Amino acid sequence: MNAQIEQTDAQGRLRHFLSIEGFRREQLERILDTAESFAMLPGRQVKKVPLLRGKIITNLFFENSTRTRTTFELAAKLLSADVINFNVNVSATAKGETLLDTLRNIEAMHSDMFVVRHSASGAAHFIARHAAPGVSVINAGDGRHAHPTQAMLDMFTIRRHKGDFTPLRVAIVGDIQHSRVARSQIMALNILGVTEVRVIAPRTLLPADVRSLGVHVYHDLDQGLEDVDVVIMLRLQKERMDNALLPSEHEYFQLYGLTGERLKRARPDAIVMHPGPINRGVEIASEVADGPQSVILQQVSYGIAVRMAVMSMALGGGAGEQQT
Amino acid sequence: MSSIHIQGGRLIDPANDIDETLDLWLQDGKVLAVGAPPKGFSPNQVIDATGKVVCPGIIDLGVHLREPGQEHKGTICSEARAAAKGGITTLICMPDTLPVIDTPAVWELIRRRAKACGTARVLAIGALTQSLEGEQLAEMSALKQAGCVAVSNTRRRMANTLVSRHALEYASTFDLPVLLCSEDPHLKAGGCMHEGAVASRLGLPGIPAAAETVAVARDLALTEHTGCRSHFHTLSTGRAIEMIRQARQDGARISAGVAIHQLFLMDTDVDGFNAACHVDPPLRTQSDRDRLRKAVSEGDIQVICSDHQPHEADAKTEPFPLTAPGISGLETLLPLSLKLVEEGVLDLATAIAALSAGPARVLDLPLGRLDPGRSADICIFDPEAIWELRPGEMASQGKNTPFSGWEFRGQVTHTLFEGRITWSKDS
Repeated sequence: MNAQIEQTDAQGRLRHFLSIEGFRREQLERILDTAESFAMLPGRQVKKVPLLRGKIITNLFFENSTRTRTTFELAAKLLSADVINFNVNVSATAKGETLLDTLRNIEAMHSDMFVVRHSASGAAHFIARHAAPGVSVINAGDGRHAHPTQAMLDMFTIRRHKGDFTPLRVAIVGDIQHSRVARSQIMALNILGVTEVRVIAPRTLLPADVRSLGVHVYHDLDQGLEDVDVVIMLRLQKERMDNALLPSEHEYFQLYGLTGERLKRARPDAIVMHPGPINRGVEIASEVADGPQSVILQQVSYGIAVRMAVMSMALGGGAGEQQT
Repeated sequence: MSSIHIQGGRLIDPANDIDETLDLWLQDGKVLAVGAPPKGFSPNQVIDATGKVVCPGIIDLGVHLREPGQEHKGTICSEARAAAKGGITTLICMPDTLPVIDTPAVWELIRRRAKACGTARVLAIGALTQSLEGEQLAEMSALKQAGCVAVSNTRRRMANTLVSRHALEYASTFDLPVLLCSEDPHLKAGGCMHEGAVASRLGLPGIPAAAETVAVARDLALTEHTGCRSHFHTLSTGRAIEMIRQARQDGARISAGVAIHQLFLMDTDVDGFNAACHVDPPLRTQSDRDRLRKAVSEGDIQVICSDHQPHEADAKTEPFPLTAPGISGLETLLPLSLKLVEEGVLDLATAIAALSAGPARVLDLPLGRLDPGRSADICIFDPEAIWELRPGEMASQGKNTPFSGWEFRGQVTHTLFEGRITWSKDS
């Protein structure tokens, strides 16, 4: 029962999307190519296609998230799937219903796909392991572990602006330790073959043995930004101050906040990204967030195309590719 | 009364420095003679132990019995049967039952139930503090008079260092050994596996090695200060071993134990969110594991235990951080120890000592040795029998084991508790 979950079938087709880990470069590029086909559809950004007509997709969210759930829902609807939203009140599960109970109940509704968000690392793997055969599981964020569709939309954004991954230096700034997004981004960037991934943060916001993830570590923002092509800012949660990981938002912004002045250290054509929601004046200055190098809002719209790609590939066996 | 002749086996009795082919004669639940037959003795049963090893019954120091309070995980009888199957004749249970063993009444209930089950001796470790809440001292004198062989606060936190100091001082008043599960609860925080590369990759909250070393350092200082007899239970880090080794060389009256799974598994085994490997203290690195192995072979660790924690299937069927830590370990304690012998880590006598004479010495128990007059608690195993562990065939109510599918060489054929056969492979 503890065998690793295979994310692809024997033919290499996508079954689940739980983590970036384990995918090969061509497989990630195929997801990006498929997303490209949706993003390029004529009309307003993305047009409705009948690829998943008759399929039922269940959003199974054990953690509040309006944004992520909405983009998954929109992506599913643009693929003509039927969508069930299941927001599980965590306090209700604490009263005795196990995650497995919840899963069995929802399975009775015959979903073809679960889109799962949960506060425990490994929850998506757990659901994939226990879901009925043939049901696909997409991880929409599990604890600090992974958020693979977010990472892929970030890769999509980077590719759109930079074309080739291999010459790129990418800096990820902020709370790496508690970030599932950062973990997935680091894995995706390394698999896609960038020149260098840097993480820039104080020691308290870096996981143990962080270099083993395949990154160079900087504690100084100015040094870390030198010559980078992509700057990814992470959101700083308020509770980091309560847990004595940081003294104050003020000092954090002094040291790690991205200002226009600091951004000059990066390459002149560097892009600035942020998975949102942003804290203006905490990790990023408004002049940068709204400035010409910011691609933050594009990330959001690309998120729909990337999620359409992943969903259609997992349920349609590469159906998205027929569009290209 | 019953009388048994165990014939032709290789007797290994580390406390008496015996390792040779010797017969044993048992009568009225005790060892009557070793080697030469007693005059006029006619046994009513002969056990042919040719080709087998005969050794003292295993003493498992620090098992978590689930009765009273959590019978859905295991009962005294189910776990005592599993013990017999694993060659274990004495279970020394931790006080974290529900209610906890902080009064003689709870211990009396367990004692009676164990006696009725009859397949293993159950001894108790009493609570160090009331309800294990770490605030007020338990009535340790009463617990000792009722038969508790040691006291412990298990892995529950003590309110502060001053309470710890007083608890150790008070226990030492009655010469009660204290079983310490040294761990700093603040450094442990919400962690569920070793803090290292694997935890960082899986995004699982980590428990740093310092959670153990900080607490071991504090507890060594308190032990020195109070003169208490401390046993450092289920250590997981190489650094803690170094500190304990140094303290022993400086003359501290301390002992140390390790859970058998720590001598095999590492944090890398958690990969893939393997809840069977969710244990507390967590599985650590290969260098920690190798240091622990060395410590057993060099005598810095005197006790190998199972840290038995049976769970119902549901407790392990959750996303990793939400699963209950622990392994159902009674039936793999001896087999894994024999694997250490096979791998050349330990010689057979050292392995058996760490399972019998070692824990007996730590707690001053008149057990774990087979000289005449001692209780006839005996384990007989076939060192060549090869078998595979299948959780469904385990006698323990808890089937939670990471060793499913492992192949073992060496299998218990007979367990005798007080001269009665409580497990026989063929029956």
